[in-house]
Amino acid sequence: MSARTVARFALLTALAMVLSWVEVLLPLPTIIPGVKLGLTNLVVLFALYRLETRSAWCLSILRVLLVAFTFGNAFSLWYSLAGAILSLLVMMALKATGKFSVTGVSVAGAVCHNLGQILVAMAVLRSAAVAYYYPALLLSGTVAGICVGLAGAVLVRRIPL
Amino acid sequence: MKHRCDLLVILLPLLAAGLLFLLLRPSGAGQYVLVTVDGAEVGRYPLHEDRTVTIGEADYNILEIRDGSAAVTDANCGDHTCVRTGQIRRAGETIICLPHRLVVKIIGGGEGTVDAVSGGGIA
Repeated sequence: MSARTVARFALLTALAMVLSWVEVLLPLPTIIPGVKLGLTNLVVLFALYRLETRSAWCLSILRVLLVAFTFGNAFSLWYSLAGAILSLLVMMALKATGKFSVTGVSVAGAVCHNLGQILVAMAVLRSAAVAYYYPALLLSGTVAGICVGLAGAVLVRRIPL
Repeated sequence: MKHRCDLLVILLPLLAAGLLFLLLRPSGAGQYVLVTVDGAEVGRYPLHEDRTVTIGEADYNILEIRDGSAAVTDANCGDHTCVRTGQIRRAGETIICLPHRLVVKIIGGGEGTVDAVSGGGIA
């Protein structure tokens, strides 16, 4: 592994953490838990398109752990982890088909991130009651996914790294 | 356009959201307030009798039933999502406190058995 690869990976991990922190500082005024812009997905998208798949996985899992240990808690870890894994699995699959743009992949990732969180919440509550939140999360996830995806597409195309 | 499947991935969640919204939307007048912690029922109270209940001890949520609607007015959970949810009154409406694994749900008269209705069971 070259120094360049290590440096690039560290840079992206740090960036993902900073973006997560920004989202903690600027919570959206909503009563639905889980509604967020998903800025961190910018970095995961970039890694997915510009690094190896293995790096994208390491990056995504690592930033979830780091974020949970620094400004999250034991609960948020599981929600984020489930969201991140499901989201990256689906984004990889859609990217592999070659039929979706970065924006399309981003939307699917956002919606699946929310789905992963809802599934964990269902398991934690032992109740399907949280499904009540999912329609709102689908809407917000789609809108956020489009915004992040459009920005992500530009980054994937323009950033020389 | 090169990526014509993009539309699919945008329309599908919106369609699913609409469908789920229709399925889960509050329907009709509520009769009871059903309280569950960890999926187990810990209390059931008539919606039209004013009362204040403290659910849990170390991890508490204060449930207030007043004038035919229910609200969690205070809690020591981290996020206070349950408090910010505000009042609920129609059957199907729900207040959730994830940190305390609490679900407060309004149900109509038809659900559950009648003899479970007397409520109680909360410390």
